[in-house]
Amino acid sequence: MTDSIHPAIILIIGAIFVPIMRGRLKSAYMLILPILAFIALLKMPDGKYWTMNFLNFQLIFARVDNLSMVFGYIFTIITFIGILFALKVEDDLQHVSALIYAGSAIGITFAGDLITLYLFWEVLAVSATFLILARRTKASRAAALRYILVHIFGGLCLLAGIMFYIHNSGTAEFGYIGLAGTGSYLIFIGIALNAAIPPLHPWLQDAYPESTVTGAVFMSALTTKSAVYVMARTFPGAEPLIWIGAIMTAIPIFYAVLENDIRRVLSYSLINQVGFMMCGIGIGTQLAINGTVSHAFCHILYKALLFMAAGSVLHMTGKIKCTDLGGLYKTMPLTCLFCMIGAASISAFPLFSGFVSKSMIISAAAYGKLVAVWLILQFASAGVFHHAGIKVPFFTFFGHDSGIRTKEPPLNMLLAMGIAAFLCIAVGVFPGPLYNILPYPVDYVPYTAAHVVGQLQLLMFGALAFCLLILSGYYPAEMRAINLDTDWFYRKGLSFLVSAVTSLCRWIARICDNLFIHILPVRLGQLSKGPVSSLIILYMKATGSDQIAIEKFRKQRTPETVSFNPMGIPVFVSLIFLFLLFVVFAFLG
Amino acid sequence: MKKELKIFDKPKNVKKFLRLFYASLAVLLVIDFFIPKHEMFVWEGAPDFFAAYGFFSCVLLIFIAKILRILIKRDENYYD
Repeated sequence: MTDSIHPAIILIIGAIFVPIMRGRLKSAYMLILPILAFIALLKMPDGKYWTMNFLNFQLIFARVDNLSMVFGYIFTIITFIGILFALKVEDDLQHVSALIYAGSAIGITFAGDLITLYLFWEVLAVSATFLILARRTKASRAAALRYILVHIFGGLCLLAGIMFYIHNSGTAEFGYIGLAGTGSYLIFIGIALNAAIPPLHPWLQDAYPESTVTGAVFMSALTTKSAVYVMARTFPGAEPLIWIGAIMTAIPIFYAVLENDIRRVLSYSLINQVGFMMCGIGIGTQLAINGTVSHAFCHILYKALLFMAAGSVLHMTGKIKCTDLGGLYKTMPLTCLFCMIGAASISAFPLFSGFVSKSMIISAAAYGKLVAVWLILQFASAGVFHHAGIKVPFFTFFGHDSGIRTKEPPLNMLLAMGIAAFLCIAVGVFPGPLYNILPYPVDYVPYTAAHVVGQLQLLMFGALAFCLLILSGYYPAEMRAINLDTDWFYRKGLSFLVSAVTSLCRWIARICDNLFIHILPVRLGQLSKGPVSSLIILYMKATGSDQIAIEKFRKQRTPETVSFNPMGIPVFVSLIFLFLLFVVFAFLG
Repeated sequence: MKKELKIFDKPKNVKKFLRLFYASLAVLLVIDFFIPKHEMFVWEGAPDFFAAYGFFSCVLLIFIAKILRILIKRDENYYD
């Protein structure tokens, strides 16, 4: 056992007391929480502890090893940065949900069994929903509803998978699962949804741009990366992930090029970056897993930095679309600088954090002789520089002058961006400390002449393409538009389905109406008025007599005598017949 | 109000920036011939492979994105 406290508990329980504080005390209190969580983390020894019995299972709240520790570090660091960024926000809903959200991500990281994992998994989804709701716009309410519905679906897949898995294997241990059997596939789908693997990804680009300025910073860091952690734990070396990851790096960049909303561009590039991690998990070698974990670490920092820069612009100008922005470097030079540091890091420029982590995954693909995957990853690397590296800063801070004159965001926001930017460069220049905390021993040198020059060529000539395309006017213009993605299926597809079913039902109702209200009663009426002549007409029609003969017969017929009680006799006969049958069976059978 | 930065307002500065950019590209192309390679694939050893790959990747990216836009672009209020 240990004398530490669970860092997730510090954040989640700590969150409850936020609303009762005011002013500076509140700010100080909120900043201290992640620091306390970090100290608690440092005091946690390796091993499994903090267990509790629940039904017939043992819940394990702490399973500490190298893999969980790296994610623990970065989740607490980004929580501190996120809270610093959000410090001036006067909305307790956001603070409380952000802290609970961060706490549950840490809870997932240290969960030692699948049931504990599931519990924190659901809290994560619910608390994130409030970060979207807190924007308090019509669009954000709708996006939050879609977000929670999609995540409930994912959570149920995970739960069903866990139940299958426990039933088959007899253990609830949260460790290597591997793709075999229904349970494992359901667990895989549940995790894949949170990791935003296409085609389960659209919730991300739907929800993040609608969330609050500060909420998006937390969200960019926690949901997908906790899924990366769980995937790395349960499905390392799962071959389909190699291809899924490679496709995941490539598809979103096309969308990112077309997208107008800066935070949506960043959301697509987030999916692209998680693609690299999925690919690394699929390759599954020590180098690949190290690459995945270090890339998750770096990615959280630079993606949060980019979301903070975009958030600062939204906070100060109220605008976030490429078509509305431009020329902001004049009045927001520091934000612009931080944004460019984030852009350089995500693009993996030498001396920035992405360079020392992403290259491990690409090298792992090369060592595995995965030619096509390697080519796709390099393509995606050039592509990510194109949209996140150049497009985001260019259309926001440079490009055409939008005429907007604003000022830098408040000091706490600048400080938060400054810390993230500093860490991006620090990790890029001195990768040693990061390499030391990775799950496996690192034998990798990122800074070789060939690698640096190769990477610089890839990026700079990608930039040349951007430059020439912009100057020639061939670059796709920014437009106010929606680009269809797979969320169409539940946003429009469902209503199409409903209207299709409705018209099918209407069609059936119309036929029934015709048949039972109009045609049948009329025909029955005719039959009861003149049963014999009706039958004769029917016979004439069937034998092909001509229309004139039928009409002639119809005119000639005389009213038939119809019994007042036409049903009486047949019913009476039937009853006698049934009675006789009964007698025969009763006495002979 | 603080003084605004206007460095890119002058076309002269933009030109200077672009010239610097092109010069750095030229340096990258030349320097590639003088560094030891440790290629995993044959083509990595080819001179200036990454320059060509980076350039054509981005051109292809834009080309496909332009076609994609025709297929997926909808009105801004499409979902409302």
